[in-house]
Amino acid sequence: MPKNPEIKKVLVIGSGPIVIGQAAEFDYAGTQACRSLKEEGIEVVLLNSNPATIMTDKDIADRVYIEPLTVEVVEQLILKEKPDSVLPTLGGQAGLNLAMELEEAGFLRENNVRLIGTTSQTIKKAEDRLEFKQTMEKIGEPIAASRVVENVEDGIEFTKIIGYPVVLRPAYTLGGSGGGIAHNYEELVEILENGLRLSRVGQVLVERCIAGWKEIEYEVMRDSAGNCITVCNMENIDPVGVHTGDSIVVAPSQTLGDKEYQMLRTSALNIISELGITGGCNVQYALNPESFEYCVIEVNPRVSRSSALASKATGYPIAKVAAKIALGYTLDEIKNAITGKTYASFEPMLDYCVVKIPRLPFDKFISAKRTLTTQMKATGEVMSICDNFEGALMKAIRSLEQHVDCLMSYDFTHLDDEELTGQLAVVDDRRIWVIAEALRRGFSYDKIHEITRIDKWFIDKLCILTEMEMALKTQPLTAELLKEAKRIEFPDNVIARLTGKTEEEIKDMRYANGITAAYKMVDTCAAEFAAETPYYYSVFGSENEAIETNDRKKVLVLGSGPIRIGQGIEFDFCSVHCTWAFAKEGYETIIINNNPETVSTDFDIADKLYFEPLTPEDVESIVNLEKPDGAVVQFGGQTAIKLTEALMKMGVPILGTSAENVDAAEDRELFDEILEKCGIPRPSGHTVFTAEEAKKAANELGYPVLVRPSYVLGGQGMQIAINDEDVDEFIGIINRIAQEHPILVDKYLVGKEIEVDAVCDGEDILIPGIMEHIERAGIHSGDSISVYPAQSLDDHVKATIVDYTRKLAQSLHVIGLINIQFIVCGEDVYVIEVNPRSSRTVPYISKVTGIPIVPLATRVILGKKLKELGYPTGLAPEADYIAIKMPVFSFEKIRGADISLGPEMKSTGECLGIAKTFNEALYKAFIGAGIKLPKHKNMIMTLKDADKEEGIEIARRFEKIGYRIYATRGTAKVLQEAGVNAIRTNKIEQESPNLLDLILGHKIDLVIDTPSQGVEHSRDGFLIRRTAIETGVNVLTAMDTARALVTSLENTDIKKLTLIDIATVKNI
Amino acid sequence: MKAYLILEDGTVFTGKSIGSTKEIISEIVFNTSMTGYLEVLTDPSYAGQAVVMTYPLIGNYGICYEDMESAKPWPDGYIVRELSRMPSNFRCEGTIQEFLEKHDIPGIAGIDTRALTKILREKGTMNGMITTCEYEDLSEVLPKIAAYNTGKVVEKVTCTEKYVLEGNGPKVALLDLGAKRNIARNLNRRGCEVTVYPALTTAEEIIASNPDGIMLSNGPGDPKECTSIIEEIRKLYNTDIPIFAICLGHQLMALATGADTHKMKYGHRGGNHPVKDLQTGRVYISSQNHGYVVDTDKLDPSVAVPAFVNVNDGTNEGLSYTGKNIFTVQFHPEACPGPLDSGYLFDRFMKMMEVSE
Repeated sequence: MPKNPEIKKVLVIGSGPIVIGQAAEFDYAGTQACRSLKEEGIEVVLLNSNPATIMTDKDIADRVYIEPLTVEVVEQLILKEKPDSVLPTLGGQAGLNLAMELEEAGFLRENNVRLIGTTSQTIKKAEDRLEFKQTMEKIGEPIAASRVVENVEDGIEFTKIIGYPVVLRPAYTLGGSGGGIAHNYEELVEILENGLRLSRVGQVLVERCIAGWKEIEYEVMRDSAGNCITVCNMENIDPVGVHTGDSIVVAPSQTLGDKEYQMLRTSALNIISELGITGGCNVQYALNPESFEYCVIEVNPRVSRSSALASKATGYPIAKVAAKIALGYTLDEIKNAITGKTYASFEPMLDYCVVKIPRLPFDKFISAKRTLTTQMKATGEVMSICDNFEGALMKAIRSLEQHVDCLMSYDFTHLDDEELTGQLAVVDDRRIWVIAEALRRGFSYDKIHEITRIDKWFIDKLCILTEMEMALKTQPLTAELLKEAKRIEFPDNVIARLTGKTEEEIKDMRYANGITAAYKMVDTCAAEFAAETPYYYSVFGSENEAIETNDRKKVLVLGSGPIRIGQGIEFDFCSVHCTWAFAKEGYETIIINNNPETVSTDFDIADKLYFEPLTPEDVESIVNLEKPDGAVVQFGGQTAIKLTEALMKMGVPILGTSAENVDAAEDRELFDEILEKCGIPRPSGHTVFTAEEAKKAANELGYPVLVRPSYVLGGQGMQIAINDEDVDEFIGIINRIAQEHPILVDKYLVGKEIEVDAVCDGEDILIPGIMEHIERAGIHSGDSISVYPAQSLDDHVKATIVDYTRKLAQSLHVIGLINIQFIVCGEDVYVIEVNPRSSRTVPYISKVTGIPIVPLATRVILGKKLKELGYPTGLAPEADYIAIKMPVFSFEKIRGADISLGPEMKSTGECLGIAKTFNEALYKAFIGAGIKLPKHKNMIMTLKDADKEEGIEIARRFEKIGYRIYATRGTAKVLQEAGVNAIRTNKIEQESPNLLDLILGHKIDLVIDTPSQGVEHSRDGFLIRRTAIETGVNVLTAMDTARALVTSLENTDIKKLTLIDIATVKNI
Repeated sequence: MKAYLILEDGTVFTGKSIGSTKEIISEIVFNTSMTGYLEVLTDPSYAGQAVVMTYPLIGNYGICYEDMESAKPWPDGYIVRELSRMPSNFRCEGTIQEFLEKHDIPGIAGIDTRALTKILREKGTMNGMITTCEYEDLSEVLPKIAAYNTGKVVEKVTCTEKYVLEGNGPKVALLDLGAKRNIARNLNRRGCEVTVYPALTTAEEIIASNPDGIMLSNGPGDPKECTSIIEEIRKLYNTDIPIFAICLGHQLMALATGADTHKMKYGHRGGNHPVKDLQTGRVYISSQNHGYVVDTDKLDPSVAVPAFVNVNDGTNEGLSYTGKNIFTVQFHPEACPGPLDSGYLFDRFMKMMEVSE
């Protein structure tokens, strides 16, 4: 069936801000889909509130709206743009839910807009618990027995039927809070009572427990003619019980025979056919490891995180094909872009093994529980490809960038056997390291399997790795042994550690024996057909098939690795734009990256894609083969920056700002010299190495001080200390991570925080705009609400900022991008941080000013001058829009994480509010971030002493717009004395009704809780904040944010939002 | 122990010996299935060939004897990247290593199977030798390797005596040209009483048993070698008995009715080929194992017309016989290994038998 000629203009809905569980994969899918639509001559209108995405670029869609994802906005957009169709299946759950609401309300029909890629019936059948159950029953597909109960007795009754253990899931609590697995009567009653209390609707789902079964996923495609294929299946190493997003996953499945494989494949095809999906779909199964019994766990009737993984694992572009199917094409009409010979109706066959490991944020949230459950906690993931499982696992481990490079990286040798046995039962992110230790001690496979339920095939593979450790430790290093160690991807540095040799010696020995990495192609067809797309992975001991190319100059673009807090999708935006810009200048582009969720690892972004870890050794192997003319590191975040030195040693020229100058910005002494030379003030501070030195420095500067390690990302390990005890604790935390770099202790200044990004060609600079943070200094810039153009700076201060930026860029000989953060106290401007590279704000500022700074920076790197490029220098004229970037957090997902904001970054994503007025922009930004008030007009305030005075004005304003304010004793007293009618409430430890009861009463809209600084945070505050977050209550921990919110709420006159096509924003 | 794979073109791969250590010469073909290695090993269509598995990790779930598609493994040799040292599956009864040894099948592991596959893809299927003997001078073995021919292999793989699978439904005569068990199982499961006949059974004997339908199975080798069987099939064509044929059976029916076949460059072997049902336009993913194909350009439409086509390369995947109750497919609706999508064809055969009654 060819394309439907009636489809001419399509609205694509994106997934909004990055949160845990809905991340960069949707930018990848959305971008691919938009390009696929445009290829067909379709006019694409895009809606996504996330400015960091590539999909919201004017190159990707014809009309781009970075607006809140709400029903009102979509309706208004449809009326404005009049698309004939809406494609909602590429924007995750957020996009799907929106489309569903519009369809159900009849809005789409009324406006003659068709839903493509799915139907509301399909969505309902897959998403509505009851309809899903009925649909599965109808086609005979088993699901785990479950029942919704509203009291403990019914729960007990139902459990009698299905037997222990049972899984309990309270309805409408975020982050799965209040749920759990009950193994006996006592646990059942306890969890059920608690869950019923936590649930807003007083319901708990009681479900048969299938924890411990194998978890298997299938990615399926179907077209409107009913043709179906499976793209890939995947097996979770962690059995059912751990969210697939948090599991180590292998593709294809390894422990399934053809009978099991085909049984589940057939089931998946039956399900996609019955649901009538046209496009992609993901089906998750639990398979009893002792029989052919299985249960369908979940169906995602859309492109998902798993489908991004499957696309990268197989080379089959699911989103692209899904978009074509939505237009009416059938699978046998769509060409497979990888081979150019086969069609999309061909099922990919792998001749390699893929391993995915989640990137978990426990290095950021040190107080959080590390345990993995059915609630996803990972912020990102890495993928690796090898021709054996052991090698793929080893490559994935070192791709994580969490100070791990082998199975010895977490040390459990201090545990005795009994403790180790206990540790095996703990399901957390270190489990494979615990298993490795158990294997080293000779624990039997049976015992390990009994406790972990991990299949013995995987345990054996881990054992092969620990056996190799032992061999390297105890045997002479022969060429044979080295070859085998490399085959299973032991990095040189690990071999060196184990053999007592140096890394250099190992490398020399490898070269002497011809043991070098070879590159194989991901071709979707296991070499059955010649493929055209150079998508490579490395193996040892095989023939190289990466084609040598020499016709054009080659540039190596280093990607940014897994998404983590502090290094998100923004850097992929930068890498991709840099790659495109190089291609435009006639370069052959080569990308190295290991993140399957990103656009940069799509096979048609660069001329060549190497899906590899970003370590010096892995990069060097590629450099040896490709011999690039240069490498760019300034767009790939810290991941790429960290490789600078290694690249230089390999003889690869670093394009743009030189490595010495990058160092100069990070090295305290060098940097101080430059500041002094330029006459730029900075908060005074010292570089120290020990806690003693730190305390001395702090006392000299006077508390409060900022303590942080140098060379960090997203303020990792950065804290405000108010006394010596704080310093002791922080230094302890910093030293927990292998610390090679010194620690900085700075005077903490209270002032406005200002940020700029600039392009510098060595002489001139271009600042697209100055951004001002709403929160005072002390809260990480990534967690602050950022306003462009800066609202409260006078021209003199602006001029100073421009002047300092120019001086710094020139002194650091920046060629390309630079990001500077300032603190402004009155008329005084201080520099607090300089990063001679692209930053988190680059996509945001590019879009709201219309200045494409990454392509500009790239051309500057290639020797062009800003003036030649037709751009003015200095500060660009201000836009007549106000654009506000709002951070978005995923706190409800991470149990035990403290949500109070500080110098360490905690947000996972961002959204944009853009409008002609400040108030409308702010309103849009809050809505976009999901803060929708008021509901009940009840709020709680509990402020630290320093904030109490300031709280009066805010409380008054909330009271004026009708809020009932509850407050704890101290806060209530201050408010009451100031004439605010605050209701005094008992603290948690006091009798009911207390604060906790209020929150659990599900009648509170907002909690403003400003925790006292320093270590001595009260357990109470922590508990209040966590409980509020877990029951879906908004919590603010900074006075400035609270003030911004009340300002936004006061502006009730904003009824109708003005939508702005960002593709038309142009300042120059 | 070291083992060598020497290709007809002089390429040598060095790996580790697995299974038997005997030396063999065979035709080297590759299979892209990611699961179902035991089904592949016991598929009689591989008689006279040595199989390369393109999926690198083989033996992960061990050997489950009930998954065997015939009584023994048939390939002359087995070529893999890596054999799992510890299989794991609740049905696992043994390792593939033991299985190969027990059946005296030599093999080689630890070679770059992707590089080998690329050679076969580019130069076409060729002969090769698996040996543990290190030949200094290839010129003495290369002529021997080149001279190898699979020959008349159907006779080697067919059953020696006819046997019956009881059932209450239609009576089906299954001509065993090297049949996979799952063909009979599929019919039997649908209630058929299946009588399995040796390949050289005369048409008269089959017709005399008065079957409701005739099933021609898959099988190994060049269809044109089966001269006498083709004669008998022509006689079956001339009856009014419904006939369904798979793979070799499909090719033999084509040859028996005046069409031609030719050897493909490297064939189709795997579980991922899309075939299009020309009657409905639907595309199914099929299990495939064939090195020869029916020429459609010389097809006489008054005899047969294409019923299925391969979406990738446009080759013929099935024929519908004009004015006859006969249809034949090149792929494997019985699956095992591979997708079960085209199992509906057995139902179609059941209908054909019902209608003609």
